[in-house]
Amino acid sequence: MKFAVLQFPGSNCDQDAVHVLQNVLGHSAGLLWHKESSLGQPDAVIIPGGFSYGDYLRTGAIARFSPVMEAVRSFASEGGLVLGICNGFQILCEAGMLPGALVRNRSLQFRCEHIFLKTITANSPFTNSIPPEKLLCVPIAHGEGCYFADDDTLARLRTNDQILWRYVNAAGEATDAANPNGSLDNIAGICNEARNVAGLMPHPERASESILGSADGRLVFESMVGALQRNGSPSAPIVAQRPVCA
Amino acid sequence: MKAKIIITPKKAVLDPQGKTVQNALTHMGYTGIGPVHVGKYLEIELPDGDQASARKQIDDACHKVLSNPVIEDYSFEIE
Repeated sequence: MKFAVLQFPGSNCDQDAVHVLQNVLGHSAGLLWHKESSLGQPDAVIIPGGFSYGDYLRTGAIARFSPVMEAVRSFASEGGLVLGICNGFQILCEAGMLPGALVRNRSLQFRCEHIFLKTITANSPFTNSIPPEKLLCVPIAHGEGCYFADDDTLARLRTNDQILWRYVNAAGEATDAANPNGSLDNIAGICNEARNVAGLMPHPERASESILGSADGRLVFESMVGALQRNGSPSAPIVAQRPVCA
Repeated sequence: MKAKIIITPKKAVLDPQGKTVQNALTHMGYTGIGPVHVGKYLEIELPDGDQASARKQIDDACHKVLSNPVIEDYSFEIE
């Protein structure tokens, strides 16, 4: 599979995402500078974490107007898979490609720790390979990850089965103490109504190798690969050389 | 001309900054301190000219980029 990993000024998880996709999972992954107006026919797009444009104005507020985002929008409108991680989730919400918004953590603190995620539905290209009872141990690292949406939007997310992950404790319960940032309904990640665009605040790319303490994050990327394979996308050869910034 | 824009969090949105400031004011001995909302203030310099078209342009910018209508309200004046 061929993944395009976007790179904005201030992205800092772009190389991690490329590393996991390319070196851990054996797929082709290349960085795509935000000034590009074409994606170059990838099978899926990853919008990585970081602090695009220094988080000025609001997180993701400036990045969403980068030329590459127009290409991402049209890719998604044709059914292409788009995953936003952390700042990528914030950018997708600002762009209106996902409902709601991410605001300052309830504690006002930047939270950097491992948390447990419960996958709420396997009915998405981002969760289909995650065993139903499996809790994912992955890190968060954000100051503005408190998910907010108005009551109608929240009701729609529930009705349409768009909540993909919730923050839970080790017993799998979505308690207030297990909620690291004050997100409504302990929401950690959602997808759009068409189910091909998703975002989450935790970092699966930082937990995809056991040497890092957890390889649970791999399941998210493996779900995407599984969904693409079922759709009949051709498998791309493994790219051996290091990616070059486009 | 100058546009003076005030952006505040919507009442339904959790505003931990406002809550913290409210608590601090109360702890400092100020009495009768109600809910505090911490927002942003922007000033934009504009060439002198038609106020109505400037107003239209600033309103559009506030809606599209300067505020996020999901979580924020805005108001502005042009002088």
